[in-house]
Amino acid sequence: MNTVLDKDVLEESERKFRAQEVDKELNLKGKVCPYTFIESMLALEDMEIGDVLRVIVDYPPAVCDVPKSLKNEGYEILDVRPVNETDWAILVKNTEFK
Amino acid sequence: MKFSEEQIHRYSRQMILPGIGGKGQRKLSEAKVFIMGAGGLGSPAALYLAAAGVGTIGLADSDHVEIHNLRRQILHRTCDIGLPKVESGKRTLESLNPEVKVQIYWERVTSANIQRIIEDYDLVLDGSDNFPTRFLVNDACYFGRKTLISGAILRYDGQLSTFKPHAGGPCYRCLFPEPPPPGLVPSCQEAGVLGAVAGIIGLFQANEALKEILGIGQSMAGRFLLFNALDLAFQEMKNTKNPDCPLCGENPTIKELIDYTQSCSTRDTVPLQTSTRTSD
Repeated sequence: MNTVLDKDVLEESERKFRAQEVDKELNLKGKVCPYTFIESMLALEDMEIGDVLRVIVDYPPAVCDVPKSLKNEGYEILDVRPVNETDWAILVKNTEFK
Repeated sequence: MKFSEEQIHRYSRQMILPGIGGKGQRKLSEAKVFIMGAGGLGSPAALYLAAAGVGTIGLADSDHVEIHNLRRQILHRTCDIGLPKVESGKRTLESLNPEVKVQIYWERVTSANIQRIIEDYDLVLDGSDNFPTRFLVNDACYFGRKTLISGAILRYDGQLSTFKPHAGGPCYRCLFPEPPPPGLVPSCQEAGVLGAVAGIIGLFQANEALKEILGIGQSMAGRFLLFNALDLAFQEMKNTKNPDCPLCGENPTIKELIDYTQSCSTRDTVPLQTSTRTSD
């Protein structure tokens, strides 16, 4: 999952990540799809519009699937990045539920 | 309402659907649906509504389970023969989904009690097996401003529509102003019905109920669906408000609920398309 990423892309991601205020963090380590997506969506539904959720996942398919599914629902994906050898962080901004 | 881990697992494949999510699931758990009849239409409808997590299901039926019911009335099992259908139905629904509250009415629904019964519900599904009840349910829904999802079956044919006169649409009487004369249309008891047809139409009713609760898709209000199982053919017709409707028209003549007399006949000359003899 830790594919080689372009240095500029990583730096930009790091900058955005640090600049972004996180309103809530959801630890979904050990959870698999589709529960990773559902629990992310449920957390967002309880948050204010414009709030940012940070989701931590360690199930490799969730790294692609959760952002994709959240985006399909209309949520804004701000960032997806590895945080260590096993975990990834997904930053998502809450929008009005469609 | 916070979802438990078990609820998330139970409803996961439904909650991920566009237009549902946690908010839609909450709408379902807060919804109250009344089902008239725990028979051929009510059985599949109730099972799928309970499975989907509809919070309260009302079930009215004054009959007992009999062996000839079991071919299509899938709420009931062979071991339930002799039990009131509502008892058997409640047990089946609660074993499928213990979260659902099942309210039962083991009584004949008449003009004297129907308004009190449906008062607490958001939505009514008609799966009754006779015209007096069918017209009574329609009229009570009109007076009580309840959305009515109507299904009917006979032999290999089925019908489906949604009636929301309170939202400007037609009512059942816009289409069929009065019950047919006694004996004109046969009952399922007389003419038979394919069990799978009951399942198909009952599930269409469940489907429309879920859509109405969730506020998604195209309502069947103003539309009338005919189904034939032998040709596997669907025909949809436009169903418009009738200004001369005796109930919801411009000069209504029906101002209160009517208890029609149950008709009984073995004549079976009228096809379903021109009648509305219903299921059980």
